[in-house]
Amino acid sequence: MAQQILLKNSDVPGLASFEVYRKLGGYASIEKTLKNFTPDQVTDEVKKSGLKGRGGAGFPAGMKWSFLDKSTSNPRYFICNFDESEPGTFKDRHIGQLNPHQLIEGMILGSYALGARTSYIYIRGELFYVLRIIEKAIAEAYANGFLGKNILGSGYDLDLYCHPGAGAYICGEETALIESLEGKRGNPRIKPPFPAIVGLYDCPTVVNNVETIANLPWIMNNGAEAYAAIGVGNSKGTKLISACGHINKPGIYEIELGLPVEEFIYSDEYCGGIRNGNKLKAVVAGGSSVPILPAELILKTAKGEPRLMSYESLAEGGFETGTMLGSGGFIVMDETTCIVKNLLTFSRFYHHESCGQCSPCREGTGWMERILHRIENGHGTMKDIDLLVSISKHIEGNTICPLGDAAAWPVASAIRHFRQEFEDHVKLQKCPLSK
Amino acid sequence: MSLVKVTIDQIEVEVEAGTTILNAARIIGGGVVPPAMCYYSKLEGSGGKCRTCLVKVAQGSAKDPRPMPKLVPSCRTLVQDGMVVQNITSPEVMEARKAITEFLLINHPLDCPVCDQAGECHLQDLSYDHGLADTQTVEDRRTFAPIDIGDKIKLHMNRCILCYRCVMVADQLTDQRVHGVLGRGDHCEISTHILKAVDNDFSGNMIDVCPVGALTDKTFRFKSRVWFTKPFDAHRECTKCSGKVVLWKKGDEILRVTGRKNKYGELEEFICNDCRFEHKEPNDWQIEGPRKIERHSVIGQNHYEKL
Amino acid sequence: MQNSKNIEFNTETLELVNRIISRYPEGRQKSAILPVLHIAQSENSGWLSSETMDYVACLLQIQPIEVYEVASFYSMFNLQPVGNCMIEVCQTGPCWLNGAEDILAHFEKRLGIKPGETTADGQFSLKTVECLAACGNAPVIQVGTEYHEKMTTGKADELLEKWQSENKCSHTNPYL
Repeated sequence: MAQQILLKNSDVPGLASFEVYRKLGGYASIEKTLKNFTPDQVTDEVKKSGLKGRGGAGFPAGMKWSFLDKSTSNPRYFICNFDESEPGTFKDRHIGQLNPHQLIEGMILGSYALGARTSYIYIRGELFYVLRIIEKAIAEAYANGFLGKNILGSGYDLDLYCHPGAGAYICGEETALIESLEGKRGNPRIKPPFPAIVGLYDCPTVVNNVETIANLPWIMNNGAEAYAAIGVGNSKGTKLISACGHINKPGIYEIELGLPVEEFIYSDEYCGGIRNGNKLKAVVAGGSSVPILPAELILKTAKGEPRLMSYESLAEGGFETGTMLGSGGFIVMDETTCIVKNLLTFSRFYHHESCGQCSPCREGTGWMERILHRIENGHGTMKDIDLLVSISKHIEGNTICPLGDAAAWPVASAIRHFRQEFEDHVKLQKCPLSK
Repeated sequence: MSLVKVTIDQIEVEVEAGTTILNAARIIGGGVVPPAMCYYSKLEGSGGKCRTCLVKVAQGSAKDPRPMPKLVPSCRTLVQDGMVVQNITSPEVMEARKAITEFLLINHPLDCPVCDQAGECHLQDLSYDHGLADTQTVEDRRTFAPIDIGDKIKLHMNRCILCYRCVMVADQLTDQRVHGVLGRGDHCEISTHILKAVDNDFSGNMIDVCPVGALTDKTFRFKSRVWFTKPFDAHRECTKCSGKVVLWKKGDEILRVTGRKNKYGELEEFICNDCRFEHKEPNDWQIEGPRKIERHSVIGQNHYEKL
Repeated sequence: MQNSKNIEFNTETLELVNRIISRYPEGRQKSAILPVLHIAQSENSGWLSSETMDYVACLLQIQPIEVYEVASFYSMFNLQPVGNCMIEVCQTGPCWLNGAEDILAHFEKRLGIKPGETTADGQFSLKTVECLAACGNAPVIQVGTEYHEKMTTGKADELLEKWQSENKCSHTNPYL
């Protein structure tokens, strides 16, 4: 059994209550940290731990914190990005629903390290029932002296609030999230300046993902070295993988980074193999945005080495033959799956979620969806396939925020690895796999 | 004031620190100036959206010579000392610009023959320079019904490229914005939501800042193609604005009044609605002389200065 | 489905709204717009009329256009009247892989309406939505703040019967 940092007590009844969480050792890291660590020492610990942002980009968390502008007297803000919306990803909901206090404990640690006196948890509006659970937990934390004025007599004050979104994937992009929190449309900002300099209300701000933050208590309790000892290479610690699609045991698994992909898919401890004894066709390993890989390339790299669940191994081979760990949304497709139709649903998603601010994404995402719709329904031409590749190339890298890339990569990779299937749609003038 | 050196398409120029690449290119002038469909120097926060001004930064600065990993919007990227920029000398930039032009056109109605903006439309210029001869789309275009926003301004949303300039005009020149960008993605539209007149002293400037024919002057609607009118600099005493305008005349008749635009199509000064809409009599104005049209516009074809 | 011309929150709701506004720094009350719109929508039969949005603008001391801009951006806000119980069916990749199309088709057949429509009696509306982030239990639907996961057509029938008999209302104050 792998080390469990985030799911350890998931099965304990009543874990969402302060009483149960506290009995299991919860909030110990606050007592320890406020007494023995300066804020900068906390940042150093997080840096040393090697913890990377778990929202998808994988940027080292401690380094992100160290960019925070401390030269001004303006307030600083720490924000939790709970706008979980990347298709295939459902891990943060699990933490918020079952283990809200671990998130709150992490929020206190992060806020303390950054010198934030007011912090927000931005949670997607669809998850209002989780927001209610977290708000209840926050109230308990206030009642027990872990939030509010002079926490545990340390002189440190912190207010923590939940803020609901209202249906916009783009608000998972940190500057769109900040705009949204300011009460505006979720239009990403043009960077620079980065939020660490000009963020919420023009103040220095750090935005971290739920899972990233929920790791902080363990790191402060057990030390950076212990955390860095888990994992492989530069992929430190554990990672929540949301596994879904055509597997026998969909769900959330906490793995030590470095687990072989083959073991993850086929062992009974994890996904338990492909449903109905079917054959594996393809995997989207890190949420819908990352390149899709066919079975042979997800199990083994192009060099023939076993592919591991780690930032480096999944990226091995670049976009030609590799992919990304992303948010850990692991979507498995068996041999019955039409790659074109699956891609169409992704493209519809990005078209629906484009904010509309910059022209390549606003116009290009819809254009790709319309072409895919045509191909899937038997009205496509061979030229359309090349046109799709060309549109995706012209969106990629040319947009204000990464949503453009996220919309382009699935299209480019599906055609790169499954071109034959697109051509079959065109030749047959219908979907070869539709019922 | 500290000066920094930047090289754009092999031309070196010294500019004040804090200048954007686009404005540095405008100091050089000529062919190295990237097109700008959304940036507007007089509107704070404008730019970055249309992506037509993307350029390649081949060297970040003298201190850190690494190239920037992606093309950057020149209107929002500040020059650094020793920066090397490629605009028209970069095939990558030219390809991207061609693609952006296509993106801007796939839902555009291409109704130039009936559009009052034709002849002074930046999207026309852009398409002329970077557009494809043929369309690669077969699907229907997105359509909206034209609406009146007030009795002086017509909104053809079909033609809009969502540059946000008109929203910024309302935010920055008027005390109460009633129109804005509604919807999301390619359903975005400029609207007042519940039909409301955009009505204040400076709202007419929305027409002048619009790079396309989305916002047009109803008092000029279908009166003439712009290239059949002759522009004159003129002024009058005005308590609300400088009163310095351009009159667009056909014979003795003043068909239209606009602000004075520089060679990048930007107003030199914003003018009030009183000057723009309410003074169409020749004796309302002191004529200064023919207006020079510096852009490579069809208006310049009239050669009326010689008359 | 009626349009409440003069929407006004009661004292209790106003207290909640003021508590929410107080979470943001002085002068940043616009930040409360999403939570307040959620509440306003629940009090206006599940949709945001112009009057409702104007009321929110007034509460937050901002221009009405600022509310329209925001309300029209976020997909959870309905700018047209909806039925008493809105059924939102996820259709993105992972749900599609697990039969979301069958679930949607079943609701369409049972209710006799297409996505975006409301039944003649005003009880049900159907809406397709994008990823609800519950892909491990696909296919998933949402009704109000409830998630219903691992949907089957049988489960859809059971739920429909239940909702029909209890006149299920999906737009209740999400904070309560």
